[in-house]
Amino acid sequence: MIVRVKWSALKQSRWYEYALRFVLGGLATAMAGAIAAFFGPEAGGLFLAFPAIFGASATLIEKHERERKQKLGLSGDRRGKEAAALDAAGAGLGSIGLAAFGAGVWYLAPTLTFGSLALGSVAWLLVSVFLWQLRRRVRF
Amino acid sequence: MEYLFRFLAGGIVVSAFAVLGDVLRPKSFAGLFGAAPSVALATLSLALWKEGGAYASIEGRSMILGSFALALYSLAVCQLLMRARWSALAATTTAILLWLVLALGSEHLLMG
Repeated sequence: MIVRVKWSALKQSRWYEYALRFVLGGLATAMAGAIAAFFGPEAGGLFLAFPAIFGASATLIEKHERERKQKLGLSGDRRGKEAAALDAAGAGLGSIGLAAFGAGVWYLAPTLTFGSLALGSVAWLLVSVFLWQLRRRVRF
Repeated sequence: MEYLFRFLAGGIVVSAFAVLGDVLRPKSFAGLFGAAPSVALATLSLALWKEGGAYASIEGRSMILGSFALALYSLAVCQLLMRARWSALAATTTAILLWLVLALGSEHLLMG
């Protein structure tokens, strides 16, 4: 299975769906900053991995898949849930990559400052893709 | 003003990763972007700029615990959708309680 880009998927989303994710992402970032300011960086750091837009994204995926199947005369209910579950499974693997990002910032930020974000992002991508490939090869 | 800047920066970065997740296929691969360091990149950039590397390092350490909580949250959402047949909205909203318990509990246990 090859990773590909499907630009037509952008047409499935309406403007308010993009706006909703923008607002939720902005609120999550403001909230993480406020928690760090009031309760310290230990508590604030936890909320850098808060599932802020997860609900909106999963709901949109479920809705788009259901609508696609309904156009073909099917209920689409089961397919919608399966698509959202697949997305959640991928996010689970990406979360381990996110832990690698956090570890990179933990170790490197005192010396590399902004460079730690770049290296942490590379660590996130490498770990996430590696786990995704591993998951495809090893079915358990 | 600072919080408005955080809001705008976070909204832009989160939206960019969300669009990537929209266009990439297969869906399991696109899902990786649901756990992209989007909020972290916006927040830690500001933390590095304002507070310095030592402060951001502490946030990065806590973030590891939050990430493992997110992994279990994702697993729970997956099971609620596939086995219990819940809707995506019900599954993702209810499982936030699990994330809070796991993240705050592990932080309390491991970091005091």
